[in-house]
Amino acid sequence: MANNLIEFRNLRTNFYTSSGVVKAVNDVSFSIREGETLCVVGESGCGKSVTAMSLMRLVSPPGKTEGGQILYKGQDLLTLKERDMRHIRGNEIAMIFQEPMTSLNPVLTIGDQITEPLLIHKGMTRKDAKKRAIELIELVGIPRAAKIFDSYPHELSGGMRQRIMIAIALSCDPKLLIADEPTTALDVTIQAQILDLMRNIKSEFNTAIMMITHDLGVVAEMADHVVVMYAGKVIEEAPVRELFANPKHPYTQGLMRAKPILNQRQDRLYTIPGQVPNPVELGNNCYFNDRCEHCMSVCVDKQPVLTTYENKHKAACWLYEKGGEVS
Amino acid sequence: MTTPLLEVKNLKKYFPIQGGIFGKTVGNVRAVDDVSFTLNKGEALGLVGESGCGKSTTGRTILRLLEKTEGQVLFNGTDIHALKKAELRKLRPEMQLVFQDPYSSLNPRIKVGEAIGEALVDHAIMSKKDVRDYVKEILTLCGLAPYHIDRYPHEFSGGQRQRIGIARALALNPQFIVADEPVSALDVSIQAQIINLLSDLQEQKNLTYLFISHDLSVVEHLCNRVGVMYLGSLVELAPREELFSRPLHPYTQALMSAIPVPDPTRKSERIVLQGDIPSPANPPSGCKFHTRCPYAVEKCKSEVPQFKDVGSGHFVACHLVAN
Amino acid sequence: MSEAVVRSNAVEVKPPTKKPASPWRLALREMRKNKLAMAGFVVLILMFLFCFVGPLLSPYSINDAMNVRNGNKPPSAQHWLGTDKVGRDVLLRVMLAGRTSLLVGIVAMMVSVAIGSTLGAIAGYYRGWVDTIIMRLADIIMSIPSLPILIILGAALSELKMDPANRIYLVMFIIGFLSWPGLARLVRGQILMLREQEFMQAAEVLGLRDRRKIFRHLLPNTVPIIIVVATLSVANGILTESVLSFLGLGVVPPTPSWGNMISAANSMIEFQKRPWLWIPPGVCIFITVVAINVMGDGLRDALDPKSKR
Repeated sequence: MANNLIEFRNLRTNFYTSSGVVKAVNDVSFSIREGETLCVVGESGCGKSVTAMSLMRLVSPPGKTEGGQILYKGQDLLTLKERDMRHIRGNEIAMIFQEPMTSLNPVLTIGDQITEPLLIHKGMTRKDAKKRAIELIELVGIPRAAKIFDSYPHELSGGMRQRIMIAIALSCDPKLLIADEPTTALDVTIQAQILDLMRNIKSEFNTAIMMITHDLGVVAEMADHVVVMYAGKVIEEAPVRELFANPKHPYTQGLMRAKPILNQRQDRLYTIPGQVPNPVELGNNCYFNDRCEHCMSVCVDKQPVLTTYENKHKAACWLYEKGGEVS
Repeated sequence: MTTPLLEVKNLKKYFPIQGGIFGKTVGNVRAVDDVSFTLNKGEALGLVGESGCGKSTTGRTILRLLEKTEGQVLFNGTDIHALKKAELRKLRPEMQLVFQDPYSSLNPRIKVGEAIGEALVDHAIMSKKDVRDYVKEILTLCGLAPYHIDRYPHEFSGGQRQRIGIARALALNPQFIVADEPVSALDVSIQAQIINLLSDLQEQKNLTYLFISHDLSVVEHLCNRVGVMYLGSLVELAPREELFSRPLHPYTQALMSAIPVPDPTRKSERIVLQGDIPSPANPPSGCKFHTRCPYAVEKCKSEVPQFKDVGSGHFVACHLVAN
Repeated sequence: MSEAVVRSNAVEVKPPTKKPASPWRLALREMRKNKLAMAGFVVLILMFLFCFVGPLLSPYSINDAMNVRNGNKPPSAQHWLGTDKVGRDVLLRVMLAGRTSLLVGIVAMMVSVAIGSTLGAIAGYYRGWVDTIIMRLADIIMSIPSLPILIILGAALSELKMDPANRIYLVMFIIGFLSWPGLARLVRGQILMLREQEFMQAAEVLGLRDRRKIFRHLLPNTVPIIIVVATLSVANGILTESVLSFLGLGVVPPTPSWGNMISAANSMIEFQKRPWLWIPPGVCIFITVVAINVMGDGLRDALDPKSKR
């Protein structure tokens, strides 16, 4: 197996709001291997985006990363000087966002925005940068690249803009591409195109991808390895086939059953009752206990820890605690 | 045969594009371009398509939140677009709308109880005194608690707000509800709750739905007939089982295959459509889909295909489908 | 009603723990955190107490007979701020003048808010020709230089020999009437934006009456802006009144106002030798206006959701 590219160790990021401290990322540990696609799944507010922002050191007040380590090639990113971090950002780790409409600057041409990192990070000349930029635009599957180079973001559709974002992200051959809900704002037929593109990039450049999504369909299609988050904690982690074949945590099971699937119509959808707990009122228990149909007394009293089971499958649930350590 | 509850005849909605210094109309965005269908009482019709296909505009023009450009919308035989303002107001309680965005669709300064009950008082259906108990009843029906009546919208989560939106629509006891992407802003676990709520309510109140969504799997779950829209026109319309087992239009097929399946062992042989959706301001000639259609022939570029019945209520607009 | 639905869809029914927090209450909480604004608020309260309760505690009264022999005395133990040329206690007059000035500011604000918000809301809601008429009217009023108009009006009023007591009210209404267009524009802009919100489409689908849509759904959402503008316009009203009275065209003696008290500084002797006559009312105007403006800024921050994190 490939080496670890990124390793999160007990990461904690808190937000200080007027109603209390929100533990957005609460003791999260997992790693991303070189050339692997790792999907982080969860519902809104589960901390999946904050985890990625912590990695980029882009958490802004009232948020603060206050504990743990993020190791990149053995180096802790959290202790790096801001100048060195800036070098890593964009150069070694690139990020694309959900909203392709707002993540491009409307007053700069596409060309300006793609060449910018090339000029800054790679120190290319303008001429070389333009040549490379046009290559990149072609790479992400946009025809008439030379014309697109001189156009403005508002002249492009959402799908095109997301391709341009990917081109910008790829401009410095990053080792890791973070994609935060890259297709959520796009239509399904365009989503299919973008997912195809990302798969090609991964196989061609051996770029690791950390993909944040709420869509289990996208996960099944893209991921090698999956991390499931709930209320700031990792509650399950497994290789993708293992996870879908044998989901352990009741929350993961519920998510899979609650999603309507094409051509598998049921009379009634399975629902997870209730809603995500208030993040400032969390106690020392399993955060899912009040929505769980297997809730036991231990679930209310003690917090389960992420434990490794067979087939590299990890889960944080009291249901599996017995004999879990053995195998 | 009984008259259908809703009959949409050749509905068109164009938005003028203004250009030049004097704001002259230089063209039209054909958001809805000749759409016709009927809806019987108790039915749920799903309208599916990608952004910009005109599905939401269709829903809003049917309710006359937007004025039509051409065509008719008959509700119980009454042409909604021919009514005067006061007559329309009287008819409003019969037809309601559930919105996509549970945040912007609730007024932040109005308490939940008032939001749900105010229309009843305003239409003099109920007195201020009785309305409070009724609202509590509706809240319970929609899975909320009676004490929520005195709270403000910002105290609720997205899913709960969507329940409030549904309760508001339901309070007037309408016959017909247009649901415009009611679950697409919600998390998966909440989505399922809302879908179940909508289907329970339909059963109990014998409601008629026009359910607008971009998500075929949600529509499959909730609707007994499904229409697929592309660039302002219906390209296919069929009963649920028929459409999902035998999609005829190449666009419907592509749409179905594009949905990611949550099963990593299944490697789908996907039809990935090339290119982007053309602009509705300048739609392609002939069949509007021909620019992206993998099977397009010469005829498709010049001739507009007829929207025809190919048997068992299955309508499709494609030259390649023989009856 | 089916039990099944209720059960399967029920949100956990737990009794309400705290009182529902209305958007107003949240804004108030935000406001409390702003020290400067709270200081402004406290100063204003003190100013009101000074003006409205103070005269009751004073040993002197407005009805005291004039006593020229006792005139132009500097501050002393009996008269903390001295006396004017007819022997009236300056402290008492400053307090009474404050009543007039504050009242003028507040009533002028209320007139301006009533006209401005209603017309602004109607213009923004109906658009089209209604909007055109109202906004052109606003433009006209805004483009008239207000000071000359007020001066002419003041002169005309003096000609008409109007009773000074009624004259105050007229001044209030005129100041209020001349200041509504600014607010009307702001409210109209807000309404134009708000009417495109989805909750207004919801109101349309519900078939609510226009009146309800404008006054129950739209206007409450503009109240934050109205409050801020209204607060600042109180300060503006006080200043305008002072200017007018200083020129002898607003509130005229014997009714005291801060403005006509300062006009004592008109004469060189009073300006140089008897500062107790004009410094106290000047300081009052200054403190009040600064306090109101500071509070207005604080209100803006507390009520404007965009300035929050």
